[in-house]
This record gives sequence, structure tokens and C-alpha cells, in this order.
Amino acid sequence: MITVEINKEAMTEKLKNNIIDDGFAEVVLLGKDDPLRLSSGEELSPFSVAYKCWGTLNDDKTNAIMICHALTGDQYARGENPITGKEGWWPKLIGPGLAVDTDKYFVICPNVLGSCSGSSGPKEINPKTGEAYGLDFPVITIADMVGSQVKLIDHLGIDKLFSVIGGSMGGMQVMHWAVSHKERVRTAIPIASTWRHSAQNIAFHEVGRQAIMADPNWHGGRYFETELRPHAGLSVARMAAHITYMSEGSLMAKFGRNLQDREKLTFGFDADFQVESYLRHQGISFVDRFDANSYLYITRAMDYYDISAEFDGSLRRAFENTPVKFCIMSFTSDWLYTTEESREIVRALNAVGAQVSFVEIEMDKGHDSFLLDCPDMFKIVSGFLKAEAQLSGIK
Amino acid sequence: MTKVQQKDHRASDIRVDLLLIASMIPAGSRVLDVGCGDGELLDYLRAQKNVDGRGIELSAHGVNQSVSKGLSVIQGNAEREISHFPDDSFDYVILSQTLQAMKRPDKILQELLRVGKRAIVSFPNFAIWRVRLHLLLRGRMPVTKSLDYPWYSTPNIHFCTIRDFVDLCDQLNIKIEKGMAVNSAGGEMFFNSLFMSNIFGTQGLYVITRP
Repeated sequence: MITVEINKEAMTEKLKNNIIDDGFAEVVLLGKDDPLRLSSGEELSPFSVAYKCWGTLNDDKTNAIMICHALTGDQYARGENPITGKEGWWPKLIGPGLAVDTDKYFVICPNVLGSCSGSSGPKEINPKTGEAYGLDFPVITIADMVGSQVKLIDHLGIDKLFSVIGGSMGGMQVMHWAVSHKERVRTAIPIASTWRHSAQNIAFHEVGRQAIMADPNWHGGRYFETELRPHAGLSVARMAAHITYMSEGSLMAKFGRNLQDREKLTFGFDADFQVESYLRHQGISFVDRFDANSYLYITRAMDYYDISAEFDGSLRRAFENTPVKFCIMSFTSDWLYTTEESREIVRALNAVGAQVSFVEIEMDKGHDSFLLDCPDMFKIVSGFLKAEAQLSGIK
Repeated sequence: MTKVQQKDHRASDIRVDLLLIASMIPAGSRVLDVGCGDGELLDYLRAQKNVDGRGIELSAHGVNQSVSKGLSVIQGNAEREISHFPDDSFDYVILSQTLQAMKRPDKILQELLRVGKRAIVSFPNFAIWRVRLHLLLRGRMPVTKSLDYPWYSTPNIHFCTIRDFVDLCDQLNIKIEKGMAVNSAGGEMFFNSLFMSNIFGTQGLYVITRP
């Protein structure tokens, strides 16, 4: 875990020198004099936000787009991810001449609070103790993630975002921006997302958390004080979650009942089937890049998410008088956050006379469709942003 | 507020029958276009009449085109989605060339007038002399250029005549404010009798409202 050390060092260095970064540095220390008030009532001060940006902010600072990442995502939406050495997670959406055109827009992608790619989270150093937070890190919510992002755009001197775009948990952040900070967002593009976590969503996450906490190496959340890591638990959590990101059809098409490097069943518990081998691989490769405690914190934040909660459970009231223009997308084969859930958002927006477009995209790859090569999605994002840029005079 | 797009729309930019509908809508109205296609009419209304428009469209392609024009359009089944709009959401609801594809044309007319103060409805007239003649001489369901489907796979499941439409409005206690026959070029035909309209009109075009 080389990256952990780099981040620790970088953060400790910053804390020591009491530096608040300016400009477009990759990790910025915020909330030193102005704490981030969390949904739980606790405060974070200071806290760090790691982020990446592409493109150039125009003179009147009207062309900024925020990209919000999903549960296990990070700030490396495009370009090479230095942790994995792989290409970023939305390379075909963001870039010069692409739908989110970096020749035209200033694109910011922050790592969410509670995560493990440089923003404050259980893995990072608690400035008050000089040690890693572990479970002393406060339980955070989607609203808190967005709260940290608001402080980031304050820091960058941006008053209003031209757009906020995100898929899955990224879409939840988009919704929070549009509801709780509506005067600071012009347009919102939530993709493959929802307005609250359902009982089934929470149930799947609970399986993942229990798998992590049942791993003796988890060590009550203080595994970083030992040589061991709860890789088995985290890996099982990822395997269970990964099933929910794919459709039955795509699993069947990809693997069927094919056997893994063997001619016949072994009558044992080795990975006989290709799908087992695939899932194991998904689990094992995940533990190298993700922190187990972060997984607990972020899944919890998603479970606590309900955009209507502050409005007596009324989604309509959440959107009343919204000036934000929405473009919402769902996928036909997504059974994690279904089209019907997106439609509930659309209907509530229509009920209050808001400006909303909605498309259900035909795609058989399940929830993860939003991360894949999906020309229909690119076309809609591109068309929507272009038209809005024209309406608001962005060249 | 976003600035209204100042595109140079000339009359030739949109279909003649849509132009006729547009001419009936006062500037600044709130408009819902049910089955808005690629958003041609809504785009025109916004540019020319500063209309606050919304659309419902079944095809993803149509929604894509509309969104690229900066319009707010949702993909979905019109009969299902319209029920989620509150009463009196719009000044005008447009149902252009779509009535015949509805499962329940009677219910949709009532829905149009629940969410809108007025509705503008256009539909192909199945009693035009050409259709009558075709049925009389050939004894088969007509397949025309504008309605290019065989009977078994057509989405147009509820054809009606201008007279049928007028009768239905009467039955449903819907007030007809204005009605006309439209020719194949999309222009208004000036007949003073329903009889003539029903024989010579390619389409019926009606502005209806609650009693």
C-alpha cells in the first residue's frame, strides 16, 4: 500500500507546515477556521479534499463542472490513476472534444469525504491526535460529502457550478447539490441513481459490512496498527456488491455455466465455474486499492441517504421552486437503482414545474452501464450540456 | 433564469401543420407537447413566442434530439406519464397526430384538460373521401404515405373521423372552442359544414376546453 504512505506523508507535511494550498493543488486542506458541520452534529476541522481538475476556468468562472464519483471511485475520472496505473473511470465521457469537453469546461473531480484516495477518511491522519482516524472518524452522510465539495468550490472561488454530474452514489451527491445548494448549481445530471436507499439496497450493504467486520484481521477497525489487513472480508463485500452491479442477462451471456479451466465438475469447493473465478478476481483486485474502513463509512452514508427526509418524506417539497435544470438517465437492465426510482424523481420534478429531461437508456449490462462505453449516454450528456452552454452564453 | 435562445426561426423551418398549431398559442404560455417527437414545435414556440414548454416522447431518439435543443422532455408512455402532472399545470396541452395511437383516446382527452386549461388536438381523418373510396372499391384497410403501416402492426390503433371526434367531445362534455379541417399540405381548409370537413379534411384540428 505505497499510496497510503505517500498520502500520509503529504498530509503530515501539510499539517506540520500549516499550509493551506491554493491554486489547483491535488490535496487541499480546508475548514481550518470554518469547520465542516456534519449531519451527525460533529465537526471536522481541518479536513482534506483530494481532487483533480482538467480544462481552464473562464474569467467569469461560469464554466465549472463537478464530477461526483461512486462508492469505490476516486478523483481520477480521466487520465492515468497513479494508484492502479490504469485509465481513469470515465475516460470516454470527459476529455477534449468529448461530452464533458475539457476544451470548453473546467472539470473538477474530488475524492469524497470518508474515502481513501487522499480526502479525509478513516485511513487519514487525525490532525488532533497525529494518528490515523480509524473508527474515530465521524460517520458521514452524502450531505457531508457535498458539504466538503461546497467548501472546495468556495476555495476555488467558484460561485456557481455550470453542472454537477455523477452516476450511482455520484448521482446521490448530484441530487444533494441540486436540493440543498440549488442556488449554486445551474444544471444537474444524475445517472443510474435514486432518491433514497431502499431496504434491499441497505440489506446488500449490510452483508458487505458484516463480511468486513467478521474478518478477525479487521481488528475492531484498527488493523492499520497491525501487519494484517481484513482482505478476506473486504473481498467478500466487493463480491456481493459486484453482483448487484451486473444484470442476470449480462452474467449469463458472459459466463453462462461455463467451467473454469476444467473439463468437469470437481465435486469440491474450488472455483469450478467461470463466474466464481471472475467474482473472486473482482474481490481480490479490489482490496489492493480500497480501504476496508472507508468501505464501511461510505456504504453507511449511502444507506442514510434519503433526499426527502428533510422535507417530511415529500420528494415534491424537496424540489419546490428549484431553479436547477435536470437531465436524468437510467438503464433498462439496472436492478440496483431502477428506472422506476428515477421516474419517481422525474414525476416529483414535473409536479413542481421544474425543468427536467429524462431518458431510459437501452443497455443490458446492469447498473455498471454508466461506467461502460455507452454512446447513448454520451450523446445525451453532450447535447444537454451544449444546449445549456449556448443558453447561458458559455463559449 | 436562462436566457431564451434567439434562433432565427422562419416559417419554413417547421412543418406547416405545426405552424398552424403554433399560431393558436399566445406568447408566454405554459405548454406541454404530448408526443413531441424531436421537439420541433416546442423549439419554435420557445424561440418565437417565449413559451415555457415541456414534452413527453416515447422514442429515445426523439428525446435525444429534444434535449440537444435545450428542451425539457421526458421519455415515457404519454398515457401513463401525463397522470403524474398536477391539475392546471399548463395553459395549453398539445396532442398532435397522436390521439389515434392512444389506448383510450377518451381518457387521454380528459387528462389533457385536467393538466391544461386548453388542449389542441390534431388527428388523421378516417372519413376523408380517399379512404372511403379505397374501402368501397378495394375493400382493404388503406395504407397511405403519412400512415404507412399495415393494419396488423400499426401503432395507430384507434382511428376516428372528424365527426366521431366531435361526438366524443359532446359525450364527454368537452367544449370545442375552435375546429377545422386541415389539407394534406397542413393548411387550414375553410368549410362551413362538418359534413364537408369530414369528407375533404386530411386532418381534424381542434382547440378544446373544459365546459
